Amino acid sequence: MFKLLKYLKHYTAESILGPLFKLLEATLELLVPLAVAAIVDQGITGEDQSAIWKYGALLGIFSLVGLIFSVTAQFFAARAAVGFTARVRAVLFRHIQRFTYEQADQAGASTLITRMTSDMNQVQTAVNLTLRLLLRSPFVVLGAMVMAFTIDWKAAMIFLLAIPTLSVVIFGIMLACIPLYKKVQAALDLVLGKTRENLSGVRVIRAFCKEEEEIAAFDRRNDVLTAAQKFVGRISALMNPLTFLLINLCIILLIHVGSVRVESGILSQGEVVALYNYMSQILVELVKMAGLIISITKGVACGNRVQAVLELPAGRPAQQGMEHPDAEGSAVAFRGVSFRYAGAQEDALSDISLTLMPGETLGVIGGTGAGKTTLVNLIPRFYDVSKGSVLFGGKDVRSLPEDALRSRIGIVPQKAVLFQGTIRENLCWGREDATEEELMAALKAAQAEDVIRQNPQGLDAPVRQNGRNFSGGQRQRLTIARALVRRPELLILDDSASALDYATDAALRQAIRSLPWRPATVLVSQRAASIAHADHILVLDDGAAAGYGTHASLLQSCPVYREIYESQFEKEGAAE
Amino acid sequence: MNRNKNGVWRSVLRRLKKYTGWIVLSILLSAVTVVGSLWIPILVGRAIDCIIAAGRVDFASLKTLFLQIAIIAGATAALQWVMNAINNKVVYQVVGDVRREAIRKLQKLPLSYLDAHSSGDTISRIITDVDQFADGLLLGFTQLFSGVVTILATLILMLTIHPGITLLVVVLTPLSLLSARFIAGRTYRMFHRQSKIRGEQTAFIDEMIGNQKVVQAFGREKSNAAQFDAINERLKKASLNATFFSSLTNPCTRFINNIIYAGVALTGALTALSGGLTVGGLTCFLSYANQYTKPFNEISGVITELQNALACAAQIFALTDDAPELTETGDQALPPATGRVSLEQVSFSYRPDQKLIENLNLSVAPGRRIAIVGPTGCGKTTLINLLMRFYDVRSGSIAVDGRDIRSVTRQSLRRNFGMVLQDTWIKAGTVAENIAIGKPDASREEIIAAAKAAHAHGFIKRLPQGYDTLLSDESGSLSQGQRQLLCIARVMLRLPPMLILDEATSSIDTRTELKIQDAFAAMMKGRTSFIVAHRLSTIRNADVILVMKDGQIIEQGNHAQLLQQNGFYSQLYHSQFNPTV
Repeated sequence: MFKLLKYLKHYTAESILGPLFKLLEATLELLVPLAVAAIVDQGITGEDQSAIWKYGALLGIFSLVGLIFSVTAQFFAARAAVGFTARVRAVLFRHIQRFTYEQADQAGASTLITRMTSDMNQVQTAVNLTLRLLLRSPFVVLGAMVMAFTIDWKAAMIFLLAIPTLSVVIFGIMLACIPLYKKVQAALDLVLGKTRENLSGVRVIRAFCKEEEEIAAFDRRNDVLTAAQKFVGRISALMNPLTFLLINLCIILLIHVGSVRVESGILSQGEVVALYNYMSQILVELVKMAGLIISITKGVACGNRVQAVLELPAGRPAQQGMEHPDAEGSAVAFRGVSFRYAGAQEDALSDISLTLMPGETLGVIGGTGAGKTTLVNLIPRFYDVSKGSVLFGGKDVRSLPEDALRSRIGIVPQKAVLFQGTIRENLCWGREDATEEELMAALKAAQAEDVIRQNPQGLDAPVRQNGRNFSGGQRQRLTIARALVRRPELLILDDSASALDYATDAALRQAIRSLPWRPATVLVSQRAASIAHADHILVLDDGAAAGYGTHASLLQSCPVYREIYESQFEKEGAAE
Repeated sequence: MNRNKNGVWRSVLRRLKKYTGWIVLSILLSAVTVVGSLWIPILVGRAIDCIIAAGRVDFASLKTLFLQIAIIAGATAALQWVMNAINNKVVYQVVGDVRREAIRKLQKLPLSYLDAHSSGDTISRIITDVDQFADGLLLGFTQLFSGVVTILATLILMLTIHPGITLLVVVLTPLSLLSARFIAGRTYRMFHRQSKIRGEQTAFIDEMIGNQKVVQAFGREKSNAAQFDAINERLKKASLNATFFSSLTNPCTRFINNIIYAGVALTGALTALSGGLTVGGLTCFLSYANQYTKPFNEISGVITELQNALACAAQIFALTDDAPELTETGDQALPPATGRVSLEQVSFSYRPDQKLIENLNLSVAPGRRIAIVGPTGCGKTTLINLLMRFYDVRSGSIAVDGRDIRSVTRQSLRRNFGMVLQDTWIKAGTVAENIAIGKPDASREEIIAAAKAAHAHGFIKRLPQGYDTLLSDESGSLSQGQRQLLCIARVMLRLPPMLILDEATSSIDTRTELKIQDAFAAMMKGRTSFIVAHRLSTIRNADVILVMKDGQIIEQGNHAQLLQQNGFYSQLYHSQFNPTV
């Protein structure tokens, strides 16, 4: 939590002025018992009516000035707290965005979302309350003690005893609660995860009639959350009763000491009243603070979770890669590349080498789970190779800055994801400043013109979350267009035409071949027909290259390729 | 959809009803603890009256008074803790109930609602809003009751000390409530706005963090951050407004209370001067005046907190109470069907202004294999949405075994279908749990057999923990094709009378597909199957091929017949194998 506080420094003035005005207000409050004591001693005991009026009026003035001070304090506190949280959220979002695929896989989206939302809300509340009250309460408590000393140091020794004891109780409970609140938030993560799952998998859940089971699973997590909340609630609820009890015991002690001192003529009755008032003020303040401390404890627990995310390393710096002079002039080259996923037993790719010149097409084909997607993910450096090197434009991808590298690649992922907004906005992901003609040209090449034409709003047709108002095929074609808008040097199509019918698929390939800027293309596909015309074909089998060559040579030399080809063609031909 | 505050209140109260016993107990306890904490100042006042001046201190009375104070303080503290524990219990149970309600509601929301609302927004309601609601409710509980009881009790006590000054206090205090109300009324809207923007932000976070890979592939981090900042900035403004204006309540009411305190001190002292009050009495009265006004202060604080809680509650109840709910139009269960399916004059579209399926007729005999082909966007997936009753037809009817599917329960209808979609969905859990989703009591042997039939056994075996490897929808450990094989294994395990395969093998390589063809063929035998596919190898063996275009069936027949017709199908077919393309 405390490392987060550096983001408060943009609100230094507010963070100082807020508590300062609170302190000023509290000072006024501390003067109140003195004024009352004066009323009692000078006014009533001394039978001086004008003194009563004078000090009564003073109390009124204190109230008014106190109001002004506290409104000012609230303003600064709110500004600092809200500004602080907004800033941390922005930092957090940027940080999470820099996570590599591997880091994001490990962290998990659900908990990242709770941390950005629920946790940050608690932090905001805590910071706001802290600025408003946390300084104020100890100040009032200590101030009350100091004032007590001005009245009678011997009786005031009781304050010196009371305050450390109370601190031990309060901080003890606080320390006990922080890990408990952390547990609550962790339970909340699970509830959120289940909720997300139910939303994303609604069709399957309903198709399998799993509603009841899902409800039961949710209930289990919900019960864990409720139990955790109740438990920490019970512990933190000790704070108020304990402080109440302690203070009252101190009051007894105080009046006892006071009575002895009055008997010996050292103290007056009015002074005992003042001492008692100070002790009551401490009680009132601590009761107020108890509620606050619960919020702060929660805030600290949540802040720790946020900080933990910020402390996760994000992104990778560009580093020195190996030189490969033989790859000079190539668009993409693999040199003895092996890759293993974190925690996996076997290599997902082993010893892959290939060279693709600008304007050429590489077809990648192979069985399910053969490593096709893994292979293409290495080019934009979504993952780092375990062995060997991947070269882009003749340079090791690890030696290139990530954004520079990725801006030259247009990738169409297997899962066709669109974002909430309009079609135009989605296409402009490829390039911010693309013109209307460029967008239309990309749509045309991606065989997606009809999607626009069917829609009365054209390019400005709304896209819902995940593009769910479009069919799978429409989504795929739009994601292809999105990549084309970029005019990349390298175009990667990761089995992105699977939902397209053959005619559309064929037209799409034709259009890509005749793109004016002649990008190098990596085409991952299940369909032999889609890659048969590629300049190079890589046949993957269980992560290893089962063959690398052209269609004609592979048909001769590669049994795996022949099998794939025949499974799709020969028998079709026989049927005709 | 916009409910007013009273409506929200009523909804909250309805949910509290279950805990009436506990709430009553809590109120009783708060009454007792308030009496206890008010009694102590009386005793302290008496104790002070025992120590008038040097030589005039009554030590004997002091001793008994001290003992009384100690006992009452101890008892009050203990009861206070019990009361707090009860309040905690009630609040967290209630919000737990609300979440339970929300998940149940979620299962009943029509897909049209879910398709139209971003999931992030729904998540924000179920998680963040419920959370904030709990905070507000708890504060309300702990402070409202004891506040009200304190006010009543101090009022009585003050009356016993001096009715005249009490009257002054009573007349003035409503001022603080008025000011609190005035502010609260204005802050509710601000809190509502804050809650809404928060929902928007959660939706954005959900979308962007959930699809981080695409975001990074396109190097959109910077522009996303800018977009995030825009929402964040709006949230900051809304939040600042809500926070600052709501926090005005406290200083304002405290100001009024301080004025009252000054008034009491003044009039009390004047009365004491004329002998109407002892110094101990004045001390005690001042302490009461403080105790009396404090709850007003707290209640006003609670009122603003409650504004936030209510604004959040409104968001939740908009989901749990106001969102449309699927109602069963028939309560009979559909028994395991023979698989005769007929569509009569079916019309449907997602949006009234866009026609999709119009007057579609189709009759399928039991056990037939129906392939649906056609250009993308022609309505193939929609047809499946209708068969599964994810959506209901706009007009016309669909019947299974001669019974209108709207006359039977959705669950019994869906149990008759096995469905594999192109969009694979993996549940968080082990591989085995994922396969057994349709048959939770399946033995490990059955699961392995199904996986083998789907040719998924090979890759599952190679996973770090085999069938016990944990998966989630987000984890990238499985390829799209492997995910599809898992989904096929799910259906292989259950084998319902009818099958729907919507691009079920689109990401599976053809060799594997060939291998599972036999299993597919065995699975489809005797089962009515609807297959959406682009691969002609999958389609060729169908009994009937439906060629769809623009929501209409334009051609119908088997592969050979359709080729002979030389129509749209034959065009599609030849385009695949024409090497000049």
